[in-house]
Amino acid sequence: MRSDRAPLGLKIAAGLGLAFMHLPILLIFVYAFTTEDKSYQWPPPGFTTKWFGVTWARPDVWEALSLSVRVAAISTAIALVLGTLCAAAVSRTKFFGREVVSLMVILPIALPGIITGISLRSAFNLADIPFSFWTIVLGHATFCVVVVYNNAVARFRRTSGSLVEASMDLGADGFQTFRYVILPNIATALLAGGMLAFALSFDEVIVTTFTAGQQQTLPIWMLEELVRPRERPVTNVVAMVVVIVTFLPILGAYYLTRGTDTVAGQGK
Amino acid sequence: MRTSAVRFDGVSRHYGEVRAVDAVDLDIAEGEFFAMLGPSGSGKTTCLRLIAGFEQPTDGDIVIFGETAQGVPPYKRHVNTVFQDYALFPHLNVLDNVAYGLMIAGKPKRERHAAAEAALELVALPGYGARKPSELSGGQRQRVALARALINEPRVLLLDEPLGALDLKLREQMQDELKDLQRKLGITFIFVTHDQGEALSMADRVAVFNEGKIVQIGKPEDIYYRPEVPFVADFVGSSNVLPPRVVEKMAGQWSHASVRPEAVKLVDAGIGADGLHATVHSTAFIGTATRVSLDLDGFSMVALLPKGARIPDAGEQVHVTWGSEDLHLMDAA
Amino acid sequence: MTDHVLETDRSGGLRGISDALWRNPRLVILLLLTPPALWLGIVYLGSLFALLAQSFFSIDEFSGLIQYEFTLKTYKELFTPTNLDIIIRTVVMSACVTIAAAIVAFPIAYYAARYARGKWKALFYLGVMLPLWSSYLVKVYSWKLILAKEGILNWLFETLHLSWLLNAYLSIPVIGGNSLSVSWTGTFLVFLYVWLPFMILPIQASLERVPRSMTEASGDLGASPRQTFCHVLFPLALPGVIAGSIFTFSLTLGDYIIPQIVGSSRRFIGQAVYAYQGTAGNIPLAAAFAVVPIVIMAFYLWIAKRMGAFDAL
Repeated sequence: MRSDRAPLGLKIAAGLGLAFMHLPILLIFVYAFTTEDKSYQWPPPGFTTKWFGVTWARPDVWEALSLSVRVAAISTAIALVLGTLCAAAVSRTKFFGREVVSLMVILPIALPGIITGISLRSAFNLADIPFSFWTIVLGHATFCVVVVYNNAVARFRRTSGSLVEASMDLGADGFQTFRYVILPNIATALLAGGMLAFALSFDEVIVTTFTAGQQQTLPIWMLEELVRPRERPVTNVVAMVVVIVTFLPILGAYYLTRGTDTVAGQGK
Repeated sequence: MRTSAVRFDGVSRHYGEVRAVDAVDLDIAEGEFFAMLGPSGSGKTTCLRLIAGFEQPTDGDIVIFGETAQGVPPYKRHVNTVFQDYALFPHLNVLDNVAYGLMIAGKPKRERHAAAEAALELVALPGYGARKPSELSGGQRQRVALARALINEPRVLLLDEPLGALDLKLREQMQDELKDLQRKLGITFIFVTHDQGEALSMADRVAVFNEGKIVQIGKPEDIYYRPEVPFVADFVGSSNVLPPRVVEKMAGQWSHASVRPEAVKLVDAGIGADGLHATVHSTAFIGTATRVSLDLDGFSMVALLPKGARIPDAGEQVHVTWGSEDLHLMDAA
Repeated sequence: MTDHVLETDRSGGLRGISDALWRNPRLVILLLLTPPALWLGIVYLGSLFALLAQSFFSIDEFSGLIQYEFTLKTYKELFTPTNLDIIIRTVVMSACVTIAAAIVAFPIAYYAARYARGKWKALFYLGVMLPLWSSYLVKVYSWKLILAKEGILNWLFETLHLSWLLNAYLSIPVIGGNSLSVSWTGTFLVFLYVWLPFMILPIQASLERVPRSMTEASGDLGASPRQTFCHVLFPLALPGVIAGSIFTFSLTLGDYIIPQIVGSSRRFIGQAVYAYQGTAGNIPLAAAFAVVPIVIMAFYLWIAKRMGAFDAL
């Protein structure tokens, strides 16, 4: 069959495209080991692992990391509850407001982040809410709902219907049906959605600059270093660690939803 | 008279303008094998879902063993369903699928697994408990769904096109098995199908549905030989429906009438003077017989000629006759 | 066998609640929707409206305080030559990034959807997903490394003795500059890099929805692979391209970090919003500026919807 072999030109274009997407990230890995600490000199004059030790001993990095993890964990928990509720309502029946609900869930991520950020900030100002851990969470949970929702709604679409009816037919009431049929069937989708929400929150910077006040999440810390570099090698090491840390939940989410209709992550 | 298992008193189910079920009256006796037959969208499946409790009637009342089902959720009805797509729980293995009803009822694990094993034996699937539903064939899934629905010892079993997804040979085998099972258990089976052969061969009584209403209800022989309306004659086994003007000439009564294709005889045009004049449109060999399509004056008929009969050629002129006892007059003109 | 076929007696506790909910399906929807509707409605939409409302206020030029009176004065300020420049610059950049992303993304998506099988398919998928989800800042940072004067790109040009070419390119007005890291070309490259995966996924999704039999039918009817591509595949992939362009366009339109880190000193909409609400304290003008991308995107979405792009999302 002639359509089974790709033309050479297409192969080259696709290969170059993939290289364009991956080489810059790989470059970060090289820079994490450079001995040069004043500039971004290429090729690196020498290689060392000493910056890992230096970074390990930096309290500001640990504080930023800890804040990011806590914010991401709480935002993910909130997003899981809200996203699942929304998905359940939308998939359960056809009601008039379905599209409105979908739109409302998607809006925080469809509009540019700066709009979400500045809206929240001016609302906090108007309502006299001081910036805190919770103002960051408020923003993050809002845009994390959509990834949980997207994953859950796809799975609900496959699950509900006759399985729920079969369970009720066999004597299970609504709560038992949720516990024994719905939950086990959507669990992997929720786990995948939760992982993606965590990654999204862990990485978010645009909205956070507006809702964080004086506190620094890891991305805010990185942004500071980008605008006003202090110790470049430490930034390199942190960047590399961030790449590795965000890859893990993505791989996990991918393997959890592999082979289903919708694979996780398309709705970022 | 035996106890009534399920009774419909003027039950309707409307979705806005659409009348899925329209003022249906029905009485199904205990221990009866009852079939609901009709084309898709005729309301038969909705009737089944109303009995199971997945749908609520917009009007009328459903009475199950003397008690109204009004406001009783599905999980409080001792009525169980075999779903068209089987609806086996994908996250549970076969044994836990079958034992689900007992698990919900709070039976201890040992007891419910023993009961599930027994139920699997009943449907000829012993030892399949550890498999996942996805590892089973269509016929095996169907048996698991049956075992699961029977574990709670329902007094009425609802079957929604349970054989629809199986291939022909398996379907015939399952028809016999279902019939045997029903006799053995002695409970009421209510069976929804669009396959008239299935309904006629298995059921004690058949209700034929069309456009949300029951158009005829009776024993399989009555439905087959004595259709009361043209729709039944046409839908059940493709009887020939004769228009009233022809029937009036032959039987002196203004009404539709039906003749089974196998009762139709063909005579050479030159020989017999009686009978209707027809032109052979086409012939087709269908194994046990030959199917002959005929063009008559303004309508068409089908004859099934047995092995050994002379098969006319297409375009040949013939006379069509039948025995007077084979002409069945219908009330509705 | 139980005496009663219908259980009407045994209610209470959770069963009782379940019964009540079963009888009122609308109540279930209401209960499910209330928490998310409250959260999104109050936290998000509330804030959004608060922002929009502020765009109709103005700032007192002398005291620098916000005057809480309805006025369109702030919107008029958007049309001063400087601000208009910012808007046009941003829109042009968004358009360039979108077109370039479509060109680079198409072969990848096409290969992944039509030719990649089994292991390669998974590899392609992750090859797009990992850059999509890896840290935005890290991605920007990597380009700061690449474009730096002492960085890999300059080194490459020098090693190949092509520095004259780079210098000639940088001497072109508007798109050039002192070095790549402070030029619009640099900004453009980073935008393209960061948003590219958002273009690939919808194109791939729409191409995968084309049944194989359809291309085979086209070939069967005598079309060459090129003709099949032009007359069958590309028209069917177009909604995917438009869906992807919604992302790349919108994301470029609202970004303020990339041009701040890699680029010239001339501002984009995002930077203007950020500057007005921050140091300048001119919230009304920042709000009015924020309305610009919303209006542009609303218009864009309206056109995209008419072209059927939403089915490809």
